[in-house]
Amino acid sequence: MTDKGHEPPVTTKEPRSSGPRAFSEEAQQRGPLVYALRVAFALAIPIAAFFLLWVTFDFLRDAEANRFLVMAVAILVGVFGVFALYFGMDTVVNLLPEHVRESVRPFVFVGPALVILSVYLVYPAINTTILSFKDRDGESFVGFDNFQEIFTNADTLISIRNSVLWVILVPFFAVAIGLGFAVLVDKLSSRAESLSKSMIFMPMAISFVGASIVWRFVYSFRPPGFGEQIGLLNSIWEGIGFEAIDWLRQEPFNNLYLMVILIWLQTGFAMVILSSAIKAVPEDILEAARIDGANEFQVFWRVIFPTIASTMVVVTTTIVITVWKVFDIVFVMTGGQDDTSVVAERMVTEFFTFRNDGVGAALAVVLFLAVIPIMYINVRQFRAQEELR
Amino acid sequence: MTAIADAPVEHDVQAAPEPSFWQRLTNKWPVKLVVLAIIVIWLVPTLGMLITSFRPRADIDSSGWWTVFGNLFDSGSWTLENYDEVLNKRGFGNAFLNTLSVTVPATVIPITVAAFAAYAFSWMNFPARNLIFVIVVGLLVVPLQMALIPILRLYTGGGHFLGVTIFPDLNLNGTFLAVWLAHTGFGLPLAVYLLRNYMGSLPGSLIESAEIDGATHFQIFTRLIVPLSVPVLASFAIFQFLWTWNDLLVALIFLGGDSDVEVITKALTNLIGGRGEAFHLLTAGAFISMVLPLVVFFSLQRFFVRGLTAGGVKG
Repeated sequence: MTDKGHEPPVTTKEPRSSGPRAFSEEAQQRGPLVYALRVAFALAIPIAAFFLLWVTFDFLRDAEANRFLVMAVAILVGVFGVFALYFGMDTVVNLLPEHVRESVRPFVFVGPALVILSVYLVYPAINTTILSFKDRDGESFVGFDNFQEIFTNADTLISIRNSVLWVILVPFFAVAIGLGFAVLVDKLSSRAESLSKSMIFMPMAISFVGASIVWRFVYSFRPPGFGEQIGLLNSIWEGIGFEAIDWLRQEPFNNLYLMVILIWLQTGFAMVILSSAIKAVPEDILEAARIDGANEFQVFWRVIFPTIASTMVVVTTTIVITVWKVFDIVFVMTGGQDDTSVVAERMVTEFFTFRNDGVGAALAVVLFLAVIPIMYINVRQFRAQEELR
Repeated sequence: MTAIADAPVEHDVQAAPEPSFWQRLTNKWPVKLVVLAIIVIWLVPTLGMLITSFRPRADIDSSGWWTVFGNLFDSGSWTLENYDEVLNKRGFGNAFLNTLSVTVPATVIPITVAAFAAYAFSWMNFPARNLIFVIVVGLLVVPLQMALIPILRLYTGGGHFLGVTIFPDLNLNGTFLAVWLAHTGFGLPLAVYLLRNYMGSLPGSLIESAEIDGATHFQIFTRLIVPLSVPVLASFAIFQFLWTWNDLLVALIFLGGDSDVEVITKALTNLIGGRGEAFHLLTAGAFISMVLPLVVFFSLQRFFVRGLTAGGVKG
């Protein structure tokens, strides 16, 4: 591009005539050799990229290879490979005849995204829906049998019951505690406030698996005669005069103990979002209410609460979606034993452990259908908020 | 009323003596007490894990971690052995590297792909542009679980339609590429949505003047739009990094049971399956898995909070 500096600027601005020329103007000016080189270059990039992928692909599978080297190669290929892909495609487009070039180029930019989305979301969504009407091997159609199975089988019914309980209780407590905390720390000095918030927010960075282990230790239980209780909860429980309990096997309350983990993880999220909403309530409105004689409770319920209601909806629906799809916590803590399974975890169990693709797919469809209305409310409220800003 | 109240209030403020340290500490004490109680409840489980990971195995099995406060400075109370065993004998060193090999490309690829797409949706003309964008965002509702079975079938058997092979059988399962692409697919709708919202709000005159100066779309994108979009790119990057680092499900299914490519969350769940409860390994392993996300989280909290509301709805 820079070597066109000597040309009058007008020619670069105006759309060039789109005659039946096979070569671009520049190529004609510079001769066929340069053009051939550019073609070769453009072809070489994808070929080299492909070759590189091929070689590294084998290398990455080599169990004997040095793991540091494998990691370095994986990261290099993953990071630079994708950029080289776009660069290569853009270079190829530059070789096209002028009149088609600019109509092809947008598809170079969006194309990869659309291909990946088609393969990883559109096709699976359709395929899973079809599979949900087929038998366990995905061979022949069985009508609504899988759905009938889900809503009659005692085990899957329990997982649905549990999921519904999770979806009600976890968002409720996470939002309630988060809101309460946000209101309280708002009254502290700003340094104490941001430090306190970080502490509650911290679990957001932890994996569900890591959090499960943290809590597994809290709930840890030893039968009588196997030594002192090393779990915090049982130690406190014994300390106040009760007998140690195997918390995770107490049906149906073990479900509550599992929910505590997700409440612990999600409260920080609710707190941070609600806190920024509270701070956005104009100070003069609060002052006016106080001058009119409202006490702090009235100020909260009559002024702050109505103002942040739409944020509460976004936060609640967001947590509902997360809770609805929770898998790791149950998988790690109990494996769905003792009536603790939830829909998303049951789906993986049906698919992997029982090798029942049909019922697994049907459970995925149930997950999907239930998420649509919540997502609709969430996105609508989120957009309404964005427009307010 | 306000007119009367104004003057004396100012006077009071000036007359009030500097509050002493004790006064500042006990000021609003009910609020402080409740806040402190919640913080303690929130931190104690993690603290217990952290302390336990540094205690000798015999101590862990015979007494609660809180007893360590009795002999805090006794050198026999502390050890690094658990970390040594987890890292070198239980494959956590490998798992850590594998997780990085999964996470870094699984963060960069979706951002790159989404950024190019978002640019096209914002600043390029092509047929059905808005319709395609709406469909892409609509894909947010598709839960991860919908994709598991079909993608695994594609990876292990290829895709066929009416006897024609559409997707070749690459036997991708158990490779990093399989997980990168899966994470990319699942993260794209949100990424495109966020980036398009941001890029679309940049001033159009900027792009026009660059075009007049003869810049190509590729140049405008790399030299102008990407540098301007750093805040939104950063918040999405942090989210995607934490998701992929903390993910168990995708890795479990597409990396399978192969211990060579095992990620750290999978290595942790393996420890649970073992006989009894090896808390000396579990706590050390869990802490190793948390270190990097916590560092990222605390150092980049600013960007993290910004993307928070938008980030929750990911598939």
